[in-house]
Amino acid sequence: MAWAYTKKTAFYLLVIVIVVESVFPFYYAILTSFKSGTSLFEVNYWPTMISWDNYAAVFQNGSFPQNIWNSVVISTLTVALALLFAVTAAYALSRVRFRGRGLLLLTILSVSMFPQIAVLAGLFEVIRTFGLFNTIWGLIFSYTIFTLPFTVWVLTTFMRDLPLEIEEAAIVDGATPWVIITRVFMPLMWPALVTTGLLAFIAAWNEFLFALTFTSSNSTRTVPVAIALLSGASQFEIPWGTIMAASVIVTVPLIVLVLIFQKKIVSGLTAGGVKG
Amino acid sequence: MAEVELKDIRKSFGAVDVIKGVSLDIKSGEFMVFVGPSGCGKSTLLRLIAGLEDITSGTLEFDHQVVNGLSPSKRGIAMVFQSYALYPHMNVFDNMAFGMQLAKSSKDQIKKRVEAAAELLQITPYLDRLPKQLSGGQRQRVAIGRAIVRDPKVFLFDEPLSNLDAALRVATRLEIAKLHHSMNNVTMVYVTHDQVEAMTLADRICVLRDGLIEQVGTPLELYEHPQSLFVAGFIGSPKMNLLNGAFADKFRATTIGIRSEHIEIKDKDGVWSGPVLHAEMLGSDSYIYVDVGSEEPMIVRQNGTTNRQLGDVVQLAPIGDAVHRFDANGQPMAH
Repeated sequence: MAWAYTKKTAFYLLVIVIVVESVFPFYYAILTSFKSGTSLFEVNYWPTMISWDNYAAVFQNGSFPQNIWNSVVISTLTVALALLFAVTAAYALSRVRFRGRGLLLLTILSVSMFPQIAVLAGLFEVIRTFGLFNTIWGLIFSYTIFTLPFTVWVLTTFMRDLPLEIEEAAIVDGATPWVIITRVFMPLMWPALVTTGLLAFIAAWNEFLFALTFTSSNSTRTVPVAIALLSGASQFEIPWGTIMAASVIVTVPLIVLVLIFQKKIVSGLTAGGVKG
Repeated sequence: MAEVELKDIRKSFGAVDVIKGVSLDIKSGEFMVFVGPSGCGKSTLLRLIAGLEDITSGTLEFDHQVVNGLSPSKRGIAMVFQSYALYPHMNVFDNMAFGMQLAKSSKDQIKKRVEAAAELLQITPYLDRLPKQLSGGQRQRVAIGRAIVRDPKVFLFDEPLSNLDAALRVATRLEIAKLHHSMNNVTMVYVTHDQVEAMTLADRICVLRDGLIEQVGTPLELYEHPQSLFVAGFIGSPKMNLLNGAFADKFRATTIGIRSEHIEIKDKDGVWSGPVLHAEMLGSDSYIYVDVGSEEPMIVRQNGTTNRQLGDVVQLAPIGDAVHRFDANGQPMAH
């Protein structure tokens, strides 16, 4: 009896450790964002004051609203483009028999193994050649490239598990590949689409290195870069309060998205066979 | 309604020849059943007719029009799949209407056709349900309904009953037979590995083996005059008794076959004799398994029940000249 009690206690202790470990940094950021003045440098674990000054400061900082808008547009378009290409590519890779299909799949997978920094210089040249430097299209272009291998791979695996006979029934009904993809497969793949789309969105939203390299003006930057480049009144002051407020602001949309699609994500992870 | 003609059809997957030259004439309005052991190519042949696989060589004609290059929907066929293959995210109505929607038919016409098909199959109450809310038998009806709505010239079935349980299988079999009678002479091609389904449904049966046609004929032709040892052993339940060696020598053949109902039990002077191994009493008739010394026990059918005890030695003889004689190549020999 005592042993069972101990086990239970140990279990919940471990749960608490894990939760604190993962949530504490964000909690501390929220805490700090509500402080102002010198209280920023006092260590508190509970809210001592609620001040919106930092949030106001962030939005008064000329380009920050523009940066948020850039992030939203870039991430959304990246997800849309990546899903469009990935779904059509997944159909070909999972359902069309052609020579070298396995090799192509492995190539796609191996592309995702390159570290960002390894392709940075080459990609920079490509983007400059296309005249995309310092535009949001340059970022959309590079994020799509980096998201596609993962998205294609996941959707291919998922699509391969869809029953072949459903596709054949659609062919007999007179459906073209495009109709099969959009009206038969995509409704069955919502969980997978949402899960991969969300992960692609988060990756694009948080990306830093490309965003820093491929943009040069405040009006084209995305939020992570803008936060990193936030400066204080003098070069000796790091504006922790504003940085924390900005960090909280950019994290909230992600949390909201995850909460909205939470059910779909769960069902995407547990969806078994789609038996007709 | 269409006449389907297969002329020397061949199909290879890479180096593997699956269909090795099949020529067959399926008459307009006929119910043709392809039957054979698994791997004989019967499903592949059906998919070639459907257009889901490309024909390697040979021509396929519907009403004397070559259709080799036409897509399935252009051929005017409809297909019922083994796993129903309903669209899981559409309700019954949309499942049945999908083909017509893609063909851009008018809403009224779609509604009329779907409702007529639903009426015929008695699935009207389920029209707004999803497939997962239906039982296996209902799903198969929806799949058949989807095919009917297409108003096909040729109706194709790929083992439509094998996912159903035994009782439902018999009921659905009857439904399909009724459907064939009620639809204005639509040509149907049906694939099964179950020879009982073949015997009960078919106008004509096509027995396939290793990608070649073994025999085509009405169920009774196949039953009474099998043109090969393979057909003799495949058609009929219980299996035809096949004997070779010394048993066949007596009849001047390599192999002889005799159906269980063509053997009588005699008091003395039987052609074969042996102890009873097992007796199956089915009420209306009984099957007695007798060990006459051949590889497999001889099965004898008796009307009604039997009072034979296990181990009783019985004398058996063929009735009349019902013995089928086959030569060394498995070909039938004249009487």
